[in-house]
Amino acid sequence: MLPALSIQHLSKTYKTGVTALHGIDLEVSQGDFFALLGPNGAGKSTTIGIVSSLVNKSSGKVSVFGHDLDTELAAAKACIGLVPQEFNFNVFEPVVEVLVNQAGYYGVPRRLAFERAERYLNQLGLWDKRNEQARNLSGGMKRRLMIARALVHEPRLLILDEPTAGVDIEIRHSMWNFLTEINKAGTTIILTTHYLEEAESLCRNIAIIDHGRIVENTSMRALLSRMDTHTLVLDLQRPLSAAPALPGYAAHWVDDHTLEVEVTRDASINGLFAALSAQDILVGSLRNKTNRLEELFIRLVGNKEDAA
Amino acid sequence: MNAHGQYIAFRAILIKEVLRFTRIWIQTILPPMITTALYFLIFGRLIGSQIGDVHGYHYMQYIVPGLILMAVLTNSYANVVSSFFSAKFQRNIEEMLVSPVPNYLILLGYIGGGLARGLSVGLAVTIVAMLFTPIPLYNLWVAVSVLILTSILFSLGGLINAIYAKNFDHISIVPTFVLTPLTYLGGVFYSVSMLPPLWQNLSLANPILYMVNAFRYGLLGVTDVNLGVAYLAILGFIAALFSFALYLLNRGHGIRS
Repeated sequence: MLPALSIQHLSKTYKTGVTALHGIDLEVSQGDFFALLGPNGAGKSTTIGIVSSLVNKSSGKVSVFGHDLDTELAAAKACIGLVPQEFNFNVFEPVVEVLVNQAGYYGVPRRLAFERAERYLNQLGLWDKRNEQARNLSGGMKRRLMIARALVHEPRLLILDEPTAGVDIEIRHSMWNFLTEINKAGTTIILTTHYLEEAESLCRNIAIIDHGRIVENTSMRALLSRMDTHTLVLDLQRPLSAAPALPGYAAHWVDDHTLEVEVTRDASINGLFAALSAQDILVGSLRNKTNRLEELFIRLVGNKEDAA
Repeated sequence: MNAHGQYIAFRAILIKEVLRFTRIWIQTILPPMITTALYFLIFGRLIGSQIGDVHGYHYMQYIVPGLILMAVLTNSYANVVSSFFSAKFQRNIEEMLVSPVPNYLILLGYIGGGLARGLSVGLAVTIVAMLFTPIPLYNLWVAVSVLILTSILFSLGGLINAIYAKNFDHISIVPTFVLTPLTYLGGVFYSVSMLPPLWQNLSLANPILYMVNAFRYGLLGVTDVNLGVAYLAILGFIAALFSFALYLLNRGHGIRS
């Protein structure tokens, strides 16, 4: 099966002399929900810009569902729906027109475009706002409008560049559910985000880009399994004056109601609770100190920074 | 994208452009009507009555073709330059750039928008003019074709200006410092035969003179220039600007990194 996206030796040097990409290789399978992560200025948006033909590449090859960008640009573009990082619709146009116009650029007849606009605006909770000028929408609504616009020509590959930036948690979760459904229906999704819990919960495969180079490209499961330790924060029901001795675990006293415990990959949480129960320490709740992917991300990107 | 898809894409751009200027008709259609009415009142009725006939026509009638054409060309230019630059500024030009719509259709769509506004304003100004003086029609085909070609030409000019523009000042420089002087010196208010020989010869280098006179021929049957030369000049400019605009779009000048 052809990959949804294939990138080979892709390089980009801007006129200013800044090299944003150093010959990266990347492949995204059809039907995947793929995370492309990296710190600011790592080259994520440049990569997306080249794939969506907003940025001219310096060298390398890009193909979308087998359509080479150099030789079959229109066919490749027809497969892609793009949700860019910044709002880029005409703010003076009514919401429904933003979608209908976009569909038209892809050759979708006007009547069908209106039907699809109604469907996607309903699904994303914007139908009531269809006749409002886009500038009157809230930040979250504008983000959802961008997603609806990217879907109106029913692309096979949806590229989302930080789609939930600045969106409140409730809307973010509803957007996650919506994207999961779209992906289940067969749309390949590439997601860049700074919310690593978003990538961890949605994506099956992941690439991390840093300083224009891919530093990691694997499945989310394989990446997370590399975590050798993680830290749990325990909220205690009774006060404690010092960290207890927990054989096999490193415990740190934070305050009289909070303990932090490092759990290695080989150790179990059952064992930890057994040790706590043996000392009559009652735990009210627990949580991970940091998101697992976040910890790995900082290590991967941080290591490179240190090496540099 | 097949031919039907391309037709739909062109129509989408055209509808978007037409809706854009009709939504803000108070800014786009009304002002040229008021300006033209003032021209007729001041130059036509008050000053014109002192001037007498020009080429056998009352002065107010003589300036009608120039005023209509002036409104058409400035509005065609203004429509495309402001629309395309706004699309660049707000980055919604990217909606088209990421889609499979070919660049020549983007170009034709914007020209269509400029043409639609130019002709709408032309019609509105003609109606205003008819309130002041009867307008003869000597040759319909010449009048309509010159109007359309001029509108296309200035739409192309507006697009090229917008491609190069980096801020809002840049979209007003050409209209203020180039178009307005050329238009006023292009025989809108006078016949070049009234000028001394040196200025007559200099005027012949002004492309707007050919358009104004060709359109004047269409309405009044009088002209200071050869009609064939006028058509050749207009078509030549259109071919050159179309090729250049398409080249800039294909290169992504000012719109792609």
